[in-house]
Amino acid sequence: MEDEQVTENTSNSTLLVKERELVTPGDVLAEGLDFLPSSGCYREDNQIKAKLLGLIKIKNRFIGIIPLSGVYVPRPGDGIIGFVKDMQSTSWIIDINSPYDALLVLGEAVGEFVDITKRDISSYFDIGDIIYAKVLNVTKSKHVQLTMNDHRAKKLSDGRLLKITPSKVPRLIGKQGSMIELIKNETKCQIIVGQNGVVWIRGEKEGLASKAVKTIEQESHTGGLTEKITKLLEKGD
Amino acid sequence: MTNETYIKKLIEDGSRIDKRSFDEFREVTIEKGVIKTAEGSARVKIGNTHVIAGIKMSVGTPFPDTPDEGILIVNTELSPIASPKFETGPPSEDSIEIARVIDRGIRECKAIDLGKMCIVPGEKVWVINVDIHVLDHDGNLIDAGGLAAVAALLDAKIPKYDVETEKVIKDETIGSIPIVDTPIPVTITKIADQLLLDTSVEEEEAMDARITIASTKNGSLCAMQKSGKGYLTTVELEKAVDWSIKKGEELRALLT
Amino acid sequence: MTKVGAPEKLIIGTKRLDGRSLEDMRPMETDVGIIKKATGSAIFKFGNTYALAAVYGPKPFHPRFLQDPQKAVLKCRYNMAPFSTGDRIRPGYNRRSTEISKVIRLALDSVVFVEDYPRTGIEIFAEIIQANASTRCAGLNAASLALADAGVPMRELVCSCSVGKVEDTIIMDLDGPEDMFGQVDLAVATIGNQDKFVLVQMDGVVTKDEFMKMIELSKKGCGSVYKKQKEILREKYKTGELNDE
Repeated sequence: MEDEQVTENTSNSTLLVKERELVTPGDVLAEGLDFLPSSGCYREDNQIKAKLLGLIKIKNRFIGIIPLSGVYVPRPGDGIIGFVKDMQSTSWIIDINSPYDALLVLGEAVGEFVDITKRDISSYFDIGDIIYAKVLNVTKSKHVQLTMNDHRAKKLSDGRLLKITPSKVPRLIGKQGSMIELIKNETKCQIIVGQNGVVWIRGEKEGLASKAVKTIEQESHTGGLTEKITKLLEKGD
Repeated sequence: MTNETYIKKLIEDGSRIDKRSFDEFREVTIEKGVIKTAEGSARVKIGNTHVIAGIKMSVGTPFPDTPDEGILIVNTELSPIASPKFETGPPSEDSIEIARVIDRGIRECKAIDLGKMCIVPGEKVWVINVDIHVLDHDGNLIDAGGLAAVAALLDAKIPKYDVETEKVIKDETIGSIPIVDTPIPVTITKIADQLLLDTSVEEEEAMDARITIASTKNGSLCAMQKSGKGYLTTVELEKAVDWSIKKGEELRALLT
Repeated sequence: MTKVGAPEKLIIGTKRLDGRSLEDMRPMETDVGIIKKATGSAIFKFGNTYALAAVYGPKPFHPRFLQDPQKAVLKCRYNMAPFSTGDRIRPGYNRRSTEISKVIRLALDSVVFVEDYPRTGIEIFAEIIQANASTRCAGLNAASLALADAGVPMRELVCSCSVGKVEDTIIMDLDGPEDMFGQVDLAVATIGNQDKFVLVQMDGVVTKDEFMKMIELSKKGCGSVYKKQKEILREKYKTGELNDE
């Protein structure tokens, strides 16, 4: 009895790329009907093709692409950093570094009952305030709702904000958070990274931490990154 | 089912809303000399699409690189009365595209012998303004406008101009504009992978790609413009060329 | 009646004025990611024709009532810099630029996955810095690269080139004098190197046979452009050793 093996050639399907290979829009990634397109890929007749410039990521039969650039599109469950850009009587509009603004309603922001005739909601969050929140829901036409009903959610004060390309967030965080912990320790800073590419830094060596973050963004597609960043942090300001 | 989906389905099944075949035009009528205040004019109706082209001539200075040639200017107005889609204001990109495609058809085949439109070389030449006014938009504006422009040019008479007094003499003309070719633009539209001629405004809502091809009286091509969001293959381009030459001939016959 | 300034001959034997043979393209040069503030950017050159493109977006589309709830809306502006031609071009709106902006936008609209970004706008700017004919082709090639650089999802890159007829001879990639004093100028764009034309503009008188020959030649030209575009994207962002996490 032979073991069943999932090989690269399954029946008459062929995989034409490898993990972390750089592809460009229109590149043919696989032929045959056994592979399935994941984010950044599409099917055209018998072929799976790339939609984006990025790196291949293969999981079982799914072929996806991690883009090298691009804007942030919110997904439910994402932890993001945004700032309040407008308010209505019972909700806030939050800029989340995306072509799509997000809505935070009173019920998802404050745990207690609020009598809005006696208390203006700006006393909770005012225009310009920075918050870390979770994406609760995204509709098909990309209307986004946030919630603060999460242990990580809070208002962020002082410190500085940076923006990086959202697809590079995993690189900044590193395997099991190793990269971000390295920067935090060496710079004695609190650092919170939003999935939307917004990074909040507060502490002793904010400048050095910012420099490290920016370097990771620019060099994210290359190797030897941990070494480069360690060297940079050792050199100091 | 939306209108667009319905039209595509009909076409996939081989028919059109008004039961025409894919290469059939609606009824075409051409009437010359409809505007008394213009030096030349023509009214063209294709189905419910209604355009009027007027020729106004004036005396001006030639361009420096063509000192002994007259000047041709083609303009299109998509009048708001013609369609709920047309708005007042500066010319839209659609009206500019229509004017420029019709202009190129006439200019590239040298339909007008502009050399004979010179009054004083290097100083005074005739400026021929062709203004195409769309009065009712039911699709296929380029074909209607292009036909009207050529008909109006054939209708036009050159005013008498006194070089000494530098005045145009009213109500006196010295003959027709020298027209040596009659370029006819024909637009071929792709919907649901089929090619069609003379699309109505409803059909245009469902269109993929389209291409306008102007042909001369001896069957050569003198201008082409692909528009719309889709693509055309080489085979489709060749078929479009064949149709435009054939249909161009038929439409040209209506000009006399 | 020849135009003032026309050279005596544009083709001598099988060579053109700049030494090229009939089917040669001018040397192409490209780069991406050169405008840091833009979401994506690129340059594309055919010889001395130099186009620079930038993409901003997807971003919120204003005015709100013109948003499409299901798709991104593309906006495109083709513009020639005042110093890009021999005679200075007065800056601002002109009819030719408006028309070319429209055809470039429609060409790109056929490949961008606009359904992936409902309610947004994507702005594409193609600036011609130096013009020696085939400017809309260079502009479209640069815009296509800029969209890829910006991470805008596309079916494929768009590739554009020009073909012409000069002294009854069909040639590839017209330069300034060939465009100005030649008989026919045909600009095309294809989806990658596929037989799918998303831009076809022709001026001049040509028979059906000549036109079909020009179309065949243009496909070769677009194929060369496609190769160049793919090369720069891979070259610019090639990965180093992939051992590190």
